[in-house]
Amino acid sequence: MKSSLTMEQIEGIDVRRRRPRPLPYLLLLPALLALVLMLGFPLIRLVTLSLQDFGLKQQFGAPAEWVGLKNFREILSDDQFWQVLRRTIVFCAVNVMLTMVLGLAIAMLLNRLGKWMRLLTMTGLMLAWSMPALTATVIWQWIFDTQYGIANWLFGRQGQSWLSNPLTFYFVATIIVVWMGIPFVAFTLYAGLTQIPSETMEAASIDGATPWQRFLDIVVPSLKPILLILTSLSVLWDFRVFTQIYVLQSAGGINRDTNLLGVYAYRTSIGSSHFDRGAAIAIVMVLITVLLTLVYLRSMVRQEEL
Amino acid sequence: MTATLDSMTLVPQPQRVEERSRKRGGNIVPNVLAVIVFLISTFPVYWMVLTSFRRGVDIQRPTPQFVPSPGTLQNYRKVFNRDFFWTAVQNSLTVTLSVLALALLLAFLAAVAVSRFRFRGRKAFIIMILLVQMVPAEALIISLFRILDGWQLVNTILGLTLTYLAFVLPFTIWTLRGFVANVPKELEEASMMDGSTRLRAFMTITLPLVAPGLVATGVFAFIQAWNEFIFALVIMNKPDKQTLPVWLQAFNEGAKGTDWGGVMAGSTLMAIPVVIFFLLVQRRLASGLTAGAVKG
Repeated sequence: MKSSLTMEQIEGIDVRRRRPRPLPYLLLLPALLALVLMLGFPLIRLVTLSLQDFGLKQQFGAPAEWVGLKNFREILSDDQFWQVLRRTIVFCAVNVMLTMVLGLAIAMLLNRLGKWMRLLTMTGLMLAWSMPALTATVIWQWIFDTQYGIANWLFGRQGQSWLSNPLTFYFVATIIVVWMGIPFVAFTLYAGLTQIPSETMEAASIDGATPWQRFLDIVVPSLKPILLILTSLSVLWDFRVFTQIYVLQSAGGINRDTNLLGVYAYRTSIGSSHFDRGAAIAIVMVLITVLLTLVYLRSMVRQEEL
Repeated sequence: MTATLDSMTLVPQPQRVEERSRKRGGNIVPNVLAVIVFLISTFPVYWMVLTSFRRGVDIQRPTPQFVPSPGTLQNYRKVFNRDFFWTAVQNSLTVTLSVLALALLLAFLAAVAVSRFRFRGRKAFIIMILLVQMVPAEALIISLFRILDGWQLVNTILGLTLTYLAFVLPFTIWTLRGFVANVPKELEEASMMDGSTRLRAFMTITLPLVAPGLVATGVFAFIQAWNEFIFALVIMNKPDKQTLPVWLQAFNEGAKGTDWGGVMAGSTLMAIPVVIFFLLVQRRLASGLTAGAVKG
C-alpha cells in the first residue's frame, strides 16, 4: 500500500487520508466568493454592457438591446478615441522611461553614499513614496498655481497657467507621476545593487574597465530581472493613471485635450451616461492591460516557482 | 539570477555596506546629488505642511518664504468646521476598518489554504490572484457602478467596503501566503506529535509567527482603502456619503485656488495616518510588491 502514495501526499501534512479533502476549499471559499462577486461579475457585466445599447434611458429602467459590436465600431472609428489612445501610450512611455532612468540613477547614487547620507536620502524618498496620490496631486497643483504658485516664481513667469495648455498640463502630470514612482523603483534597484559582490566590481576596475563598461557589463546584466519586473509594473501603473489627470483637469478645465484612456472611459460612461461606449473603451483598456500583464507574468514566473 | 529577488528582501549585509561607504563616502559629487534628491523628495510635503499653518496674506506673497514664520491654526479650524468634514472622516474610518478586518480574515484563510495544502486548482488560484491584480479598477468602475446601482448599494458603506475588499484581497493573499509558507510546518507537526490538535498547533505555533505579516498586510489594506479615490468618487456621490479623499477634492475644486491654506490643511490631515503607517511597514511592503518574494 505504501508504495502507491504519491510524493505530494508524503510531503503534505496529512499523510493519513488520500481522498481529496474539503478543508482547503472551505478556506478559499470566502475570498473566492468576494473576488467572483466584485471582480468576476463586473468583468462579465463590462463585456455585456459593451455589447448593448445602454444610455440614459436604460439607466432609468428601459430594457437594453443587444447591438453586437456596434459600440466597438463606433469608438474605433472615432478620431478622438485614437487620439486619446496615442496620448496615453506616449504619456505612459515617457513616464516609465523617466521613472526607470532616474530610479536607477538614484539607486546607484544610494549605493555610493556614506551611511548617514544614504539614510537621509532614503528617508526623503520614503516620505514622497508614502504620499497618497490625491494629496500629492493637490500639493503639486498648489506648487504650479497660476497666481501664487512657487513654480511661477521659480521660473520667473508671472501668471503662467500651467494646466490650461495640454503640453504644460502633461509636464505637471509627469512630474507628479514620476515623483511618486521613483522611490519604489530606486529602493528595489538599490536592494538589487547591494547583492552584486563588491569583489566583482573591484576585479573589473583592476582589469581596466571604465565606470561605463562596469555599468553595462556588470550592473545592467545583474539587475536585468529586477529591471524587467519594475518596468512592466510601471507600464501597468502609468497606463491606467487616473487620479492625477482627473484632479489636474478639474483645475485646468481643458478635459477634451488632456484626457487619457482611464479618464476618457470614465467621462464617457459615468460622466455623460454613455455606459455602452464607455464599457467598450474600458474593454480596450483591459485588453491592452492583459497583453502587458502577460509580459510581466512571463518575467515573474521565470523568477520563482509557484 | 533566480536568487536575486528572493535575497532582495534580506537586509544588505551590514559589513559589506560599511566597507563600501568608508571607501566611497568621502566623495563630494554624490553627496551634493543626494541633497538634491532629498530636497526634491521632501519639499512638496514640507510645503504642504508649511502652507497649512500660514495666514492668507502670507500664502499670497509674491516672493515665497521658505522658512517657517509665526503661523496660525485658522486653516485647520476652517477644515474642522467645514460641512461634512467629520462625516467624511467617519465614513473613511468605517470603510477602512471594515476592509482591514475582512481582508485580513479572508486573506489569511486563503493564504493558509494555498501554502499549507496541496490540492487540485491550487496553482490556478495562485495564477488568478496574480492576474487579477492587474485588472485596472478604472475600467471596472463602469460596470461595477451599474451592478451596485442594481443592488441598491450605491452611496452605502457596504457597497464601497465590498468593492475595496475585492481589490485588496489579491495582494493581501499573495503577501500572506509568503509569510505563512515561511513558518516551517515541521514546527506544527512537532506540536501535533506532542498531542495537540491541528487547530491548536496552528493557533499556538503558526499564528504568532505570522503576526508581523498580518500587521504588514493589514497596514497595506488600510492605506489602500484610506487613499482610494476613483471608486469612492463614483460610488459615494452624495455629500454626506463622501470619504475623505472625495471630500478633499470637492473642497479643492470648489476653492478654485483661492484657499490653499485650507486645502493644504485638509491634505495634511488626510496624509498623516498614511505616512505614519507607511513608514512603519514599508520594508515588508516593498518586497511584497515585486514578487511576494518568499517561496511558497
